[in-house]
Amino acid sequence: MSVFGKSILKRLDWLSILIFIMLVTIGWVNIYSSTYSGAEESGFNFSSIYGKQLLFIGVNFVLIIIILGLESNFFERFSSVIYVISLALLLGLFVFGKTIAGATSWYNLGFFNLQPSELAKVATALALAKYLTDIQTDVKRKKHQFYGFLILLIPAILVIPQPDPGSALVFFSLVFVLFREGIPVFYLGIGLFTILIFICTLMFGTIWITIVLGILISLFFLLKKKSFKIPVIPISIALVVTILFSLSVNFVFENVFEQRHRDRFSLWLSLEKDPKKLEVIRKTIGYNTYQSEKTIESGGFFGKGFLEGTRTKGDFVPEQHTDYIFTTVGEEWGFIGTTTVIILFSILLLRLVYLAERQKNAFNRMYGYGVVSILLVHYFINIGMVIGLLPTIGIPLPFFSYGGSGLLGFTALLFIFIKMDSNRLKEGF
Amino acid sequence: MSTSFKMKKILLSSIIIIIGLSFLGRLSYLQIFKYSTSKIIEDPAIKAIYDYPERGYIYDRNGKLLVANQPAYDVMVIPREVKKLDTLEFINLLGIEKERFLKQLKKAKKYSTRLPSVMVPQLSKKDYARLQEKMRKYQGFYIQKRSLRYYDTHSGANVFGFISEVNDYELSENSYYKQGELKGRTGIEKEYEELLRGRKGVKYIQKDRFNRDIGPYKNGALDTLPEQGKEITITLDKTLQEYGEKLMNGKRGGIVAIEPSTGEILSMISGPTYDPALLVGRDRSKNYTRLYNDSIAQPTYDRSVLAQTSPGSPFKTINALVALQEHVITPETRIQCYNGFYVGNKKRGCHCGGGHRDLITGIAKSCNAYFAGTFRKIYDKYPTSDEAMDVWDKHVKSFGLGDFLGSDIPTGRSGSIPTKKTYDRMYGDNRWSSSYIISNAIGQGEVLVTPIQLANMTAAIANRGYYITPHILKAVEGEKITNPNFIEPKYTTIEKQYFEPVVQGMANVYSKPGGTAYYLQVPGIDIAGKTGTVENFTKINGVRKQLTDHSVFVAFAPVENPKIAIAVYIENGYYGGRYAGHIASLMIEKYIKGEITRTDLEKRMLEKTLDKEYAKPLSGEPFIINERVW
Repeated sequence: MSVFGKSILKRLDWLSILIFIMLVTIGWVNIYSSTYSGAEESGFNFSSIYGKQLLFIGVNFVLIIIILGLESNFFERFSSVIYVISLALLLGLFVFGKTIAGATSWYNLGFFNLQPSELAKVATALALAKYLTDIQTDVKRKKHQFYGFLILLIPAILVIPQPDPGSALVFFSLVFVLFREGIPVFYLGIGLFTILIFICTLMFGTIWITIVLGILISLFFLLKKKSFKIPVIPISIALVVTILFSLSVNFVFENVFEQRHRDRFSLWLSLEKDPKKLEVIRKTIGYNTYQSEKTIESGGFFGKGFLEGTRTKGDFVPEQHTDYIFTTVGEEWGFIGTTTVIILFSILLLRLVYLAERQKNAFNRMYGYGVVSILLVHYFINIGMVIGLLPTIGIPLPFFSYGGSGLLGFTALLFIFIKMDSNRLKEGF
Repeated sequence: MSTSFKMKKILLSSIIIIIGLSFLGRLSYLQIFKYSTSKIIEDPAIKAIYDYPERGYIYDRNGKLLVANQPAYDVMVIPREVKKLDTLEFINLLGIEKERFLKQLKKAKKYSTRLPSVMVPQLSKKDYARLQEKMRKYQGFYIQKRSLRYYDTHSGANVFGFISEVNDYELSENSYYKQGELKGRTGIEKEYEELLRGRKGVKYIQKDRFNRDIGPYKNGALDTLPEQGKEITITLDKTLQEYGEKLMNGKRGGIVAIEPSTGEILSMISGPTYDPALLVGRDRSKNYTRLYNDSIAQPTYDRSVLAQTSPGSPFKTINALVALQEHVITPETRIQCYNGFYVGNKKRGCHCGGGHRDLITGIAKSCNAYFAGTFRKIYDKYPTSDEAMDVWDKHVKSFGLGDFLGSDIPTGRSGSIPTKKTYDRMYGDNRWSSSYIISNAIGQGEVLVTPIQLANMTAAIANRGYYITPHILKAVEGEKITNPNFIEPKYTTIEKQYFEPVVQGMANVYSKPGGTAYYLQVPGIDIAGKTGTVENFTKINGVRKQLTDHSVFVAFAPVENPKIAIAVYIENGYYGGRYAGHIASLMIEKYIKGEITRTDLEKRMLEKTLDKEYAKPLSGEPFIINERVW
């Protein structure tokens, strides 16, 4: 019982744990509010959604104790096994999967629906860290970079047909770990530039992009230092490639994308200028976003108060207890509530970055980065979608959204890292 | 550590902070900037259900019912609940054409598939009884009860006014009203809207996104109960009002009768009028358009409070009172009538028969010359016309003339009493004298009055020196009104003792041979009155053309302790004793005795119309005016 002695409790990062507890608590209160249906039942009901979530939270604490009680290098040692098991579980969905709300993402265990992609997120973070810290791996080599990329690409490809594009994005977010560990940031720059050109083409058209790029390059020529040599050929090639890409965007958008995708983009970027058609899009494909924005807006600065959210009670926002749980915070707790949640998430993420950076063990550090990437992408996409900054992508808000697999997955993700952090001084080598 | 490595270390942290800040920016835009302190009504999750109280009943001064409510039945439809039905059978039952049925259904669908729309408005009671039991067969259709005004009389349309749906302007002005609600538009319905309508109750219902009710909002903490509309008693006498409107058959003009001791309006009649029931129910808007667009007879124009004309000879009584108060005459002062009088070298006529007139015979025979002389005496008392005019104005206006009366009739005109400024404008500063304005002596000149002002003036004479502002509201839920404006007397500037000779003159109009209404005496009732004959002109194709005189009459009775003061004004009714005099005496008899003894006189008034007279200027042919024969 030495691992459970006073020493480990002292060594845990209590700030992260405190924020974790606060987020879980706030999350549960809002799930309670968004699914509480009035006074028809007295006392507490464990078959209700908020009751089940409370059970999951209880199971969660058992899980936390188990994780903290394991040998500190357990996960490093078994990461490959865990990764393979989770891939097998993802593959198994094609045969045994249970379909809920159009997505075949669950195993029906009778008492519980298991979502293996949540487990795969932890497993992939572990596996990537393991591969990159392997004695034979050299991140500088293109081949090894590719293998590292493959580790996150495989689960991403496996979840896309479910369909679960949100989780696929989460796997891709692990490229942050690669960047941290040596892959040039240049790649990230190219990626962002591509997205920028894609969006700008949809919004303004190829002609404007050509004109603006032309002006930028001319300015570059005019303002450059005389001693600076101009890489004429690379710039020309980049320009031509960009314009060709921009031209292809329209083609892809019109011919490869399906109408529902186009609608999501036209809603997000306000591409549709005809107010009548825009209204139709808002009320159909944009219904969720429209309702969630309005619901948050109606909360105002102070909110309507606990259990007083009229739109929450009226069930105006679809999937409110899962992906749109943040709207309940917005309606009932107002700007004060939403700000609190944003600040808690920001502090937690920054704290985790700090913890990752102070790890002496490279595996721990990389895993830490994986944890931050996964949590950040969930938080960014979920809240960005709910408040209307991003197109609709179904992805839960960590520690908040209803769902046992998700909650257990995120908790495991976080506490494996907290366990590693508690051991950093012992293992320093 | 290289810079690029440092940058990599802070990259993720920077992203976290940038995301956090942009979220906070967006949230402050949504929750602080865009958030409006919208009321719960605008929340789509809250439905307000209104409970409308019944509009208050209106009773006459004797407790007879005038206005009540009647149920009306609308056939409603909720389009998405409509199942396949036997259209032919159903439209036969509803009594409408198939085309209209389909059109209404389409309109309802366009408005909303899940909210009710009116399919057929306001069924008759008969149709309702027939439909009621068969309605269950037709899913998606149901009958909704509404409350409409019911009038227990065919009279008083202009007094009651009507109600109709609030318009957009009123919706923006007054937050009480919601789209589709009713509001008093004219008359009593407008003036006492808040008393009559009561206060609607409201229940807030929490809805879900399918617009289904899921329970009371905040357990009904904000709900209110409806407050019943108040029953009101008005000062009108139902019998007198109905009788007066019958007498106005085929005539244009106004009658206002007031109880002098209280200022209560006994009847207020405008001719031509219309049945108030026309502006209720299914055909309200169609009927209103028809009435409103009748630009010749103008039935919606309430002449009793809106028609401004010269008062004619009844105004002579005021001049007599002013002269007595100013001590320029005594009742015995005599003035010679040369079958007229001279203004400079011009002679102006008089019908009194000539002779040496004193005050009483001057009034009884309506001598123009006597009053021209009296008017001059008032002016000659003062060194300048300006001073004289100021004094005269002060006295005349104390009778409630020349300005709004301040009654509770929501419409009206001020009339006009000329001042020194009026004539300074017309003739130039100090370039006019009593000769220029002598027409005012006999109520022709620049004086303009409305029938209700004329009646009020007569009430002031009847009271010998004061009036109480005319009003229509008598009691609310049995409680007498306490508004001081309608209780406290308003004194004229004429002292009480000067009224007696004038009243005597007015009594002689009836009682003495040669009086202008001698033949209109009512056996058993002492009446004091004054005839008036008002010259009037119109323009036909740009040419000024005289028309048959307006017939005017004012009277009060009994002479001692008067119960009724009345003013009658009949357009183109010729001399005062003709139509107006007849009607006034009949009204007085009806009110005081409750029955008419002079049935031949009554018959004549009920049957005679002035349609022929009104057609004259429109015929385009030459015509004669003031025909002796009638």
